[in-house]
Amino acid sequence: MAELSNQLMAAAVLAYLIAMVCYAGEYAFGKRSRVGRAALRPAQAKQLVGAGGPVPDDVVPDDVVVEEPVKRGRGELVGMIAVGINVLAVLLHLGGLVTRGVAADRMPWGNMYEYILSTTFIASAVWIGVVLARPAVRHLGLFASLALVVMLGAATMIAYTPVGPLVPALNSYWFVIHVSTIIIGSGIFLIGAVPAVMYLIRNGYEEGKRSFPYTLGKHVPAAVALERLTFRLHAFAFPLFTFGALIAGPIWAEASWGRYWGWDPKEVWAFISWVVYAGYLHARATPSVKRTVATWIALLGFVTMLMNLFGVNLFFEGLHSYANAG
Amino acid sequence: MTVIEERPAPPAAPPPRPTNRLWALLRNSWRQLTSMRTALVLLFLLAIAAIPGSVFPQRGVNAERVTQYYQAHPDLAPWLERLGGFEVYASPWFASIYLLLFTSLIGCVVPRLIDHVRALRMAPPEAPKRLERLPEHAELVRAGEPAEVAASVARDLRRRRFRTKVREGEDGNWTVAAEKGYLKETGNLLFHFALLSVLIGVGFGHWYGWHANRLLVGGTDQGFCNTLTQYDDSTLGPRVQPADLPNFCLKLTDFDATFQSTGQPKTFLATVQVTRDNGPARTREFTVNDPLRLGDANVYLIGHGYAPVLKYTDRFGVSQTKVVPFLPIDAMQTSEGVAQFPDVNIDPKTDKRDPALQMGFEGRYLPTAPTDGRATSAYPAENNPMLYLTAYRGDLGLDVGTPGSVYSLDQEQLASGDLENVSGTRPHALKLGDTWKLDDGTKLEFVGTRPFATLSVRYDPTQGLLLVGAVLGLIGLMLSLSGHRRRVWFRVRANSDLAGSPDASGGTLVTAGGLPRTDYPGFTDEFTTVVKAAEEGTP
Ligand code: HEM
Repeated sequence: MAELSNQLMAAAVLAYLIAMVCYAGEYAFGKRSRVGRAALRPAQAKQLVGAGGPVPDDVVPDDVVVEEPVKRGRGELVGMIAVGINVLAVLLHLGGLVTRGVAADRMPWGNMYEYILSTTFIASAVWIGVVLARPAVRHLGLFASLALVVMLGAATMIAYTPVGPLVPALNSYWFVIHVSTIIIGSGIFLIGAVPAVMYLIRNGYEEGKRSFPYTLGKHVPAAVALERLTFRLHAFAFPLFTFGALIAGPIWAEASWGRYWGWDPKEVWAFISWVVYAGYLHARATPSVKRTVATWIALLGFVTMLMNLFGVNLFFEGLHSYANAG
Repeated sequence: MTVIEERPAPPAAPPPRPTNRLWALLRNSWRQLTSMRTALVLLFLLAIAAIPGSVFPQRGVNAERVTQYYQAHPDLAPWLERLGGFEVYASPWFASIYLLLFTSLIGCVVPRLIDHVRALRMAPPEAPKRLERLPEHAELVRAGEPAEVAASVARDLRRRRFRTKVREGEDGNWTVAAEKGYLKETGNLLFHFALLSVLIGVGFGHWYGWHANRLLVGGTDQGFCNTLTQYDDSTLGPRVQPADLPNFCLKLTDFDATFQSTGQPKTFLATVQVTRDNGPARTREFTVNDPLRLGDANVYLIGHGYAPVLKYTDRFGVSQTKVVPFLPIDAMQTSEGVAQFPDVNIDPKTDKRDPALQMGFEGRYLPTAPTDGRATSAYPAENNPMLYLTAYRGDLGLDVGTPGSVYSLDQEQLASGDLENVSGTRPHALKLGDTWKLDDGTKLEFVGTRPFATLSVRYDPTQGLLLVGAVLGLIGLMLSLSGHRRRVWFRVRANSDLAGSPDASGGTLVTAGGLPRTDYPGFTDEFTTVVKAAEEGTP
């Protein structure tokens, strides 16, 4: 079973790679695809904003895809294939997780390796959900699958741990609640960084910048839409993360270690991530702070999440460092 | 960008009077401090200030690490100490950041609360003159008198849970003003007040809480009561006196540990006898993740190990038995410890104790000694118990007054030669039940072992309140993040514009406008629905 899990994970990474290539293919076909054309909308959007005085700039509906009666080009087809393979990759990923859980006879998040597999699975599943709901963001797929492949690769190289049982301290239902909500929250935060980066690039593109990273923004959805997607993902993840890290975590820590909060390195970094994301929500609600600045804060949050996923387990030693115990 | 006003409008300017510069300065600083930008900056500082606490060892997390750090970086450590680097979260600079943040928070949310309560009690504001300037706008014609139409529109809006106010204008026009989404601000305020209450709760917990640790060896002849002297170490909050500690005693009657074949622990179960206020003893069980809750104290199982039982028979044939906990040094329960016998070899005739004849035994205990003879345990359960001991004779140095460690021999006595190794460089191996005959004819018998549990006893009076605060905060957060504040207005007037219409009295002209006060992409749809309902009318 453990072997099967490893093979499924390898297959999932491969599928993500293929999906990535297909996304890249569609990307290369550029505006010949329907999704590509959706990206052309902002010109219209800008006019709308410019017209009325007190009109907020985000009244532009973000999910309007300009449907024109065109025959489906090759780009369109490649894009559909990309999504199909991406779905397959998510299923393989899920299979890898489930078989690992079966092999270990517990939830598959007992160590750092499994934790990363779970978090990236959530990120990936949320991504697929977003794409299926709004084909207009499909061009981000290239970047989303790239991020997933990199993280999964890093997990396998740095953190691979053979299947093992849980130590008694981890054997509690609060542990399940604590870890699952954090995994879901972190997964959504992680995938939220993709539209955040693309927003910054696209925004630069719309402002007329044509140098390297901004050219990537040519075929992605309009900046307003990306910005709003970024916010929605973060606003959804934040309460989940708050519950997992700042409520369920302390409840479990109280029962397990006798104190609800002890500034253990993992707790410190969860706190830092939380404060930074709170800062993002604040910045976004502060009219005098630019949306680009707010988005940079969200990306800073992403960096702190990575620190929590990889760095804390590797650099610091604390009660949470069960990651190295396997 | 959101349309909501960022902060409640500053209080009306005070009547002109000789400007007091100091006052102006204070007022300006206060405004600065309570602005959202300052809150943002302070949030950042808080995040950055928290980092060193994960980089440097923290005394509150692991005091031993701090000592190790001192040894590894003798130059840097004193500086870090001065900067509070080993107690970041108790340091003045960390405190100053969060205190500023919370002052800012109070300054921010209290006026907002007042504003919000006022808004809740006030009717939605009168329609702006030109509804067509709003982000959403519609016009329609409906049959019926203006008053009727306005009432019908208002009924519909109320059904949609808008707060609604119908007003009659002087010119016979009617307006319907409606607002919805107050829960967003309510939730937001709830969240921020909950944050405040959590901070205050943490502070109180620190003041009125206490905790202590104790290593408890199994057996009804062992045990301890909840007084400071019986703990290995303890910390009382600034507002707790030793006499305030609740009265209870514990004895560890049984300790059960099971392990996987790999040696990873599977389950622990401690069985204790609890006596409260000198009442009858009660048997209770607890384990990791499931502490013993006594109401005014909780007992947590932190660790466990073995305490070899050693019987020493001296030159005069007198024996003494000691149960000495050995502390585990690895996951397989290889443990180290020392057994000290200061009151032995006392000549019964003179009744004089000869300090040169005190005995000490130092070494390792292996619950499962490997077959290859290595001195580390192969498994944490007792499958092949083995003690490796070195015997020392001489002055143990226990009488000097300075409390020594009970887990190792006095290093100074060893260095000065007052305490001497009398069994050679290779430690002596003892199986369970073995007796070791020393050079002077005295004997040491390895009688058996007992389990011990390391316990943390704690009490934090605000824990429950904190949980309530945190949950309320979460609810507030979700309300705040999911809510949308928005306003719609309808202006209803007799349709005199439709000159030449066959039925001059039948037409009513309705104009509508909508304003989302916060970022709300779904507002267009909602507005359309509301307008449609207004057009069709509701019974
Ligand atoms: C103690 C640290 C603070 C934390 C962790 C925090 C956290 C948050 C979070 C997560 C939000 C977003 C949720 C929402 O939209 O309701 C928020 C919103 C808000 N916060 Fe704070 N906050 C803090 C301090 C402050 C302070 C000091 C102020 C005042 C200067 C403030 C004013 C606001 C306002 C006005 C909003 C509403 C933004 C909106 O319209 O959505 N907060 N806060």
